[in-house]
Amino acid sequence: MERIPILKMGEFLLVTIQVDMHDRLALTLQDDLTSQIVKFGAHGVLIDISALEIVDSFIGRMLASIASMAHLLDAETVVVGMQPAVAITLVELGLPMRGIRTALDVEKGMQALRGAILAGQDDDASGIR
Amino acid sequence: MPTANSKLLQVFEKREDQITEQWVEQQQTTGRKLTAAERDQANRQSREFVRSLKSALQRNSSGDISGPDWANVRDFLVDLSSRRAKDGYSPRETASFVFSLKQPLFSALKSDLGADTKAVADEIWFATLLIDELGLLTTEAFQKSREEVITRQQKELLELSTPVVRLWENILALPLIGTLDSARTQVVMQNLLEAIVQTRSDYAIIDITGVPVVDTLVAQHLLKTVAAARLMGADCLISGIRPQIAQTIIHLGVDLSEVTTKATLADAFDVALRRSGHKIVRQETASTNAAAR
Repeated sequence: MERIPILKMGEFLLVTIQVDMHDRLALTLQDDLTSQIVKFGAHGVLIDISALEIVDSFIGRMLASIASMAHLLDAETVVVGMQPAVAITLVELGLPMRGIRTALDVEKGMQALRGAILAGQDDDASGIR
Repeated sequence: MPTANSKLLQVFEKREDQITEQWVEQQQTTGRKLTAAERDQANRQSREFVRSLKSALQRNSSGDISGPDWANVRDFLVDLSSRRAKDGYSPRETASFVFSLKQPLFSALKSDLGADTKAVADEIWFATLLIDELGLLTTEAFQKSREEVITRQQKELLELSTPVVRLWENILALPLIGTLDSARTQVVMQNLLEAIVQTRSDYAIIDITGVPVVDTLVAQHLLKTVAAARLMGADCLISGIRPQIAQTIIHLGVDLSEVTTKATLADAFDVALRRSGHKIVRQETASTNAAAR
């Protein structure tokens, strides 16, 4: 069965989507990713969609739900590498993907994740106090 | 349509030179003063036109100019009027090129068939129909090429009016000038997103100082652009909001609270610099010290 590989990079997980997503693949990815987050105690997930020419409402919703699931497991999600045409289409479709962090490429995504995790730790610390 | 119009063809064959002479003269007396080069060109065009008109009449003299026999004449007129449209002739001047053929043609008909008034009337009616048809064709072609010019200019204007400027590393500015409609928003969005990818920028400042009116539609277009830039990982700031526009936006109930807005481009630039970790410090030099004193 085809699977989308999930790479571990330090405390982050890197997912590169390079094939057309369909329902089964998306569900497998959700399964794999959530179990990997728990297994490695990852604090950040980076989803690279630079190879996707088409992002429809299904994939948009899937990305949003992955982000919420990861958040429940205490991991921040950043979607990186969206094509300009894809961004325009999503906005025109009325799917501006509000709850999702975005970045231009993997490098900037890493930076954003580090910043977000630092801020999150500060919040946690202040919560205890 | 009377098919017995061989007379018109006969007259043409017999008096081609005379008609052309008179016609050229006619063209020069009506309308504005032409330069020598223009007169020369008009002369050449007239001769060529009379020649192709004659040969078309020889092939098909039914008065129907839509057939393949008249293709030469049609092509000639379309070419002539589109060239005149580009050279800045007025529609009147272009149309009168064809219509001024009437007088020499009618006088030639009259002098040939003078005795038979009924024949003269019939022939003149036929010639009138023919020339009107040709004149309409000319005007139509003229209009069409003018429209082409307008479309091309609109396109150029669209491209010209949406520059993306790099203010600093990671900071882009997009000064918008003129009304934002959906077609322009598309171009603006595309340019901005491509520039974000190219320069790997984190901040984009959309300056709307040059946008005369911001209504709900324009605001929606702005928000779309902001959302698209956000999807690419860039933060958008809107600057250049004039007091009048701030009032309109609030009266219309447009919600811009998700976007950072500033009154001037300078303020927005300052915010972008600070968010990206830059700091502007005035350097102490002799001249600033002197000014302070």
